[in-house]
Amino acid sequence: MASGAFAESGADLELLGITKRFPGFTAIEHLDLTIPAGSFFALLGPSGCGKTTTLRLVAGLEEPTEGRILIGGKDVTTLKPYQRPVNTVFQSYALFPHMTVLENVAFGLRRRKIADPVAKAQEALRLVELEHLATRKPQQLSGGQQQRVALARAVVNRPALLLLDEPLGALDLKLRRQMQLELKSIQEEVGLTFLHVTHDQEEAMTMADTVAVMNKGRIEQLGAPEELYELPRTAFVANFLGQSNLFTGEVVGTTSTSITVGIEGVKIVVPKARAQRHAGEVTVGIRPEKLHLLTEEPKVETGTNVLGPGRVIDVSFSGVSTQYIVAIPGVGTVIVFSQNLGFGPVIADGAEVWVGWQVDHGFGLEDDPGETPRFPADTDTATIAVQKKRALMSELEEA
Amino acid sequence: MTVQEGLVLGEAVTAPKPPVRRGTRFGLGSWLLPAYTLIALVFLLIPIVYTFVFSFNNSVKWNIVWRGFTLDKWANVCDKAEVCEAFGNSLVIGVVATVCATILGTMIAIALVRYRFRFRSAISLLLFLPMATPEVVLGAGLAAEFLSAGVEKGLLTIIIAHVMFCVSFVVVTVKARVSTLDPALEEAGRDLYGSPSQVFWRITFPLLLPGIVAAALLSFALSFDDFIITNFNSGTTSTFPKYIYISAARGIPAEANVIASAVFILAIILVLVSQISSAMRRKRQARIG
Amino acid sequence: MAFSAFATGTAQEQAPRRKSKIALFLLLPGILYLALFFLVPLVSLVITSFQAPIPNGDIGEYQTAFRWENYTDAIGLYGEHILRSFLYAIAATIFALLFSYPLAYFIGVKARRWPLLQNLMLVLVIAPFFISFLLRTLAWKSILSDESVVITGLKALALMAPDAHFTGTPAAVIFGLTYNFIPFMTLPLYSTLERLDTRLLEAGGDLYSRPSMTFFTVTVPLSMSGIVSGVLLTFIPAAGDYINASRDFLGGTGTAMMGNVIESNFLVTLNYPAAASLSIILMAVILVMVTAYVKRSGTEDLL
Repeated sequence: MASGAFAESGADLELLGITKRFPGFTAIEHLDLTIPAGSFFALLGPSGCGKTTTLRLVAGLEEPTEGRILIGGKDVTTLKPYQRPVNTVFQSYALFPHMTVLENVAFGLRRRKIADPVAKAQEALRLVELEHLATRKPQQLSGGQQQRVALARAVVNRPALLLLDEPLGALDLKLRRQMQLELKSIQEEVGLTFLHVTHDQEEAMTMADTVAVMNKGRIEQLGAPEELYELPRTAFVANFLGQSNLFTGEVVGTTSTSITVGIEGVKIVVPKARAQRHAGEVTVGIRPEKLHLLTEEPKVETGTNVLGPGRVIDVSFSGVSTQYIVAIPGVGTVIVFSQNLGFGPVIADGAEVWVGWQVDHGFGLEDDPGETPRFPADTDTATIAVQKKRALMSELEEA
Repeated sequence: MTVQEGLVLGEAVTAPKPPVRRGTRFGLGSWLLPAYTLIALVFLLIPIVYTFVFSFNNSVKWNIVWRGFTLDKWANVCDKAEVCEAFGNSLVIGVVATVCATILGTMIAIALVRYRFRFRSAISLLLFLPMATPEVVLGAGLAAEFLSAGVEKGLLTIIIAHVMFCVSFVVVTVKARVSTLDPALEEAGRDLYGSPSQVFWRITFPLLLPGIVAAALLSFALSFDDFIITNFNSGTTSTFPKYIYISAARGIPAEANVIASAVFILAIILVLVSQISSAMRRKRQARIG
Repeated sequence: MAFSAFATGTAQEQAPRRKSKIALFLLLPGILYLALFFLVPLVSLVITSFQAPIPNGDIGEYQTAFRWENYTDAIGLYGEHILRSFLYAIAATIFALLFSYPLAYFIGVKARRWPLLQNLMLVLVIAPFFISFLLRTLAWKSILSDESVVITGLKALALMAPDAHFTGTPAAVIFGLTYNFIPFMTLPLYSTLERLDTRLLEAGGDLYSRPSMTFFTVTVPLSMSGIVSGVLLTFIPAAGDYINASRDFLGGTGTAMMGNVIESNFLVTLNYPAAASLSIILMAVILVMVTAYVKRSGTEDLL
């Protein structure tokens, strides 16, 4: 890293065959990833999936057991953190408590002997609207302000790559939304490459141009947020990003454009273009918000799938929408999100309903169902509670 | 102060506290326990008050019977030359031993918290044992070693002995402080282009400083008040506690009380000042944050 | 032993420790120093304890030998002192525990509502440390001497026999030991009691336990680590103490402890082997206790 100079613009990041083993477990296994320059990239996954480790490898705070890391085409695998054109915004902000806000922001500039560090630091603080707090100590700032100082401290160095390690985790909801927009606008304004690590799927989808979903040290799927959401390829992605209704069955028929999956006598049609597997046992799914609840048996139409009749076993009103859980014999439980167009839930608990959706909205996973459970797990607390309640009630009725 | 005294000072105020419950009672008569505490604290302070009061005694030879109030002894503390000489020696020993022990101990503490190395258990045990060994054994052992090595006992041997028992204590203190250091701070330093030595001197060291200062102060206190180990290893050199011991048979002059009281007052002031300043700092942060 | 209390802050989760040559450089000076001035002395003591007097030599001249009789002689001659030391130390530890527990309980549990008061009381508990312990003990000697107000008063009230003493008796020595080690007992107790979650005591009450029962079944077991620390920190130095028992201080003719004997043998009669063997015996007993403690808690927690 040449001292005294800034990077020209954001740079590409390439991870080639990265493996990271710790004593006792493997965090990352043969990871390949390319992040184009100037993009806002999110690495999304549950805790323990290896996303923070990946970040630390890029920053240079850890060394990979195998593999190479290239930034802007240059191999930085053996370089120390202070030699890489990379800066990190830490989850805990890591602001130096014994220095003022201004000194914190100027720290990197001073180490690289860049001219006029104070002026540049003040400029960075102006970018995050905190120049009036320059002489305060970090402990005297609120969480949101500290987060912005951490951001300024990193951005002021104009790194080729900016790493963000769940930086919004400690903020309350409103502040988090605000910061999400600010981060996005700063990234666009300054033109840096951002790598944002988070477990919050809403955050990733809102801010990023590209999202990679990580699980157990591997990337399960990578793409634009809409693509990941509407066309998940694995059960993990389908369940991690939002919720899904998944059904497993045999492919009983195919046409030139679609496949038909048979489940307990019911047939579900999925477009071939949206299905990863076209033969054998497959798992298909549909997002809950794409489902319609019908109180009368609908006529059979091409282009729609219908399941039913089933019974509504739970109604949850959550303001914007109502969540219905429908039990369909032979198929299992189906979750339906219904937008509250009127006032409150329109279908009562216990009603007989049919569930329908457009064929084009379904998707087929590439998972081998032998590994995934045959029915969506109904061991969540809500389902168990409902089942027990019904058992108790039927007992009382018999008595 | 003995080594163990110093250790126990570490068992003070600061671990994370569970939530305070207001208005709860657990029997035991709500006046009994506070009354007992008051009496207990008064009891603890009796010898201190006695020593302080008798520093104003207009004594001639023996400072046992009260003969009248005077500020004389405070004003002319070094009239009794032996007292001041002993005090001076203790100061010199304290400063030198503190500097050495602090440097050695801080290095060990950082290594223990931040680095992996073999023989960790053995090293922990080696650091712990001096704190668990009775002073008689420590003193006699060192004296035996000096004897067989043919080293003459004096100021140097005292300093060597003091550094020995202070190191473990410095390690414990600084280690506790290092554990509170967010490792992300040093990582941030490296991330922001700081070379290893820059990271240490600009980030780690300033943040460790309060712990190091605390360790140094208490190491000094340990050294200043040590008698048993010093007695075994000092030969003819006099230190303040040694002087007191030797004079105990004849009668301790009031000047010694003066010095002891002065040290006490200084120590209490230091402690109170640090308590008040951290309380004020906490209040300030609570107001702003 | 939970010495984390010097941290003015909470312990952070540390990053996985790095392997580096720097560790060696940091550790070596201090460890070598301790090896040279702690381990070697212990070895010296062992060697000295086996030495034999040089035939026709001066007092204080010895040669290396394997004289086991040094130990048997020491036990024979000073068995009484050894026993006395441990008895006094146990007594002082028990009294210190009984005295300190309510004190620590009040400061650590009941006074939580007033942190400033808590700090003040702790400063008062620590205050005796800042006056030389020799002076503290001498102060008690004067205060409890035959001519003092206290003793004459007790005699006037017929609570003491007219010709009884206090100073110079075992009672005085134990009193002195107890007093000097109260802070050693109080602070570890305070440390654990301070972290006691009072909601657990409420839960006890909720589950039909009377306050006294709750105390013995909940509070005491939870503060056990503090009790163990305090007991070790009191017993170990008390067993080796010789100031309190010295005749110039609170002791008399029949109260000499191991420490006194070791001191006089080493510095006065120059009988180094005797002093060394006694030291080793004392050290051995202590090591047994420390080993038991380490086996229970492991070495990670030691420092």
